[in-house]
Amino acid sequence: MPQIVVDNLVKTFRIAERRPGIWGALAGLARRRYRTITALDRISFSLEEGELVGYIGPNGAGKSTTVKILSGILVPDSGEVKVLGKTPWQNRVETVRKLGVVFGQRTQLWWDLPVVESFDLLRDIYRVPQAEHKRTRDELIDLLDLAGLLDTPVRQLSLGQRMRCDLAAALLHRPKILYLDEPTIGLDAVSKLAVRDFVKKLNRERGVTVILTTHDMDDIETLCERVLVINEGSILTDGPLQDLRAAVTTERRLIVDLLDEDGQISDPDAEIIAREGRRVTLRFYPKRVSPAELIARITARHEIHDLFVENPPIEEIIARVYGSIRP
Amino acid sequence: MRPYFAMLSARFRALLQYRAAAVAGFSTQLFWGLIRMMIFVAFYENTAIRSPMPREHVIAYIWLGQAFLMLLPFRPDYELEQMIRTGNITSELLRPVDLYSFWYSRGIASRVAPTMLRSIPLLLIASVAGWIFWPGLPSVLACGAALAGAVLLGSALATLMTITMFWTISGHGISRLLGVSAYFLSGIVVPLPLFPDSLQPLLNALPFRGLGDVPFRLFTGHMPVAELPAALAHQLAWAAGLAMIGWWMLSRATRKLVIQGG
Repeated sequence: MPQIVVDNLVKTFRIAERRPGIWGALAGLARRRYRTITALDRISFSLEEGELVGYIGPNGAGKSTTVKILSGILVPDSGEVKVLGKTPWQNRVETVRKLGVVFGQRTQLWWDLPVVESFDLLRDIYRVPQAEHKRTRDELIDLLDLAGLLDTPVRQLSLGQRMRCDLAAALLHRPKILYLDEPTIGLDAVSKLAVRDFVKKLNRERGVTVILTTHDMDDIETLCERVLVINEGSILTDGPLQDLRAAVTTERRLIVDLLDEDGQISDPDAEIIAREGRRVTLRFYPKRVSPAELIARITARHEIHDLFVENPPIEEIIARVYGSIRP
Repeated sequence: MRPYFAMLSARFRALLQYRAAAVAGFSTQLFWGLIRMMIFVAFYENTAIRSPMPREHVIAYIWLGQAFLMLLPFRPDYELEQMIRTGNITSELLRPVDLYSFWYSRGIASRVAPTMLRSIPLLLIASVAGWIFWPGLPSVLACGAALAGAVLLGSALATLMTITMFWTISGHGISRLLGVSAYFLSGIVVPLPLFPDSLQPLLNALPFRGLGDVPFRLFTGHMPVAELPAALAHQLAWAAGLAMIGWWMLSRATRKLVIQGG
């Protein structure tokens, strides 16, 4: 049985608009003008236990709204959601008890308390027994390397440190499901790696179900087997990352380092899309020409220092998915 | 009860950190106490009319008002106000607790911690200077009980103020309205027995009297200890009523909640 089921979810917001200028302000006093925004337009998907799903889409696509509905914070207009068999917004307290949620742009820790006191407070809020809390906490401190931060008030932490503490805070009650909303936003390379490693471990070793929303394509590449792409409130694609690639484009890239600075290169089945000094990037389609054949042809005809084949970067794939539905 | 008590005690400890605020508050209250005292002394020395309250009672009342000023609900909970404004309220909603009780326990801490920091030195100074005369034990205990009632009532009012933020976003309007009413109608500015007789029934019915006037008069003996049960019942009935309204408003607010951005 799936752990999370979302069926035909619709959420609209009504936003008061003000016409510009003084007359607009005065007119607004008499009669408000509202605009309805459809944040989610009949979204459906389901998640099995232990899945790690990337939930991606441009800003304002409806990602955070979905996460908030799944957490029971927002009430949708229509549609059905079951998280662990329960409707979240009808059972907010019960639902959030079994969830861990991290919003990258916000913190759930208390600003003026030392980290360890925030953890103690969370222990009491989630009613975790003392011994169990100590075990989980020490494990998380170890995994996320928090030992040196425990006595620091949250307001004095750097963003990367705060994010690691927030991750620990979200997991102190050993939730079965974790929502990560842009957990690597604004982090430096080292912190990003730490967060990714941790999430991977959590998913693979503990079987925690993870929904990850992100704009960082490296997050997707390293973590997610399945990717949901959402735009303007509708799901565009849902499936493994390779399928997404295949659906958008079958092209591959052949990157060739020439021996000679102004050496030329050409082939009827490949097209040059970039050149940078000795490095030439060629686009080809494996359906038309097999990589082995192309490489054989090029190495026979040109003086080559090095060459390799790669997939188009995920950023481009996603940009094309977003682009494909825009006029 | 565990989550709520934990929140109360964490908030209490956090508020005790604010030493500078306590010192500033203490000196402000000392200053205002002196000015009010001088004004009333001047009145009493220049009037031939028999006042409904003896001079020593009024002076003690004024100093008690300064000492327990922070029990009053002047404004919404500052942190929650910021959270509602910025959308960080999501993190509060992610906690598996009854939100009203959670915020109410914050409200209790926000009343008790700053009051403790200010009242102890102010009471000490006022006693040493002879502005406050200490009554017998029954009056002190009765005053203590009514102060506890005032904490519950003040927290209910403050939590209600916080909840209205869901509709108005800015806390200024409501703090002017409710905060100033509480300030004036609890007797901090002018002791309530000095208000016109025609206003007394209204003052008796409103909840604000329970925030200051009642415990202060129990202390001075202007209100006999025998009236404590009725006074407590009045405080608690208002506190319960306001809590129910607050709880209902909050459950409505969270159902129609809109959280914008990220």
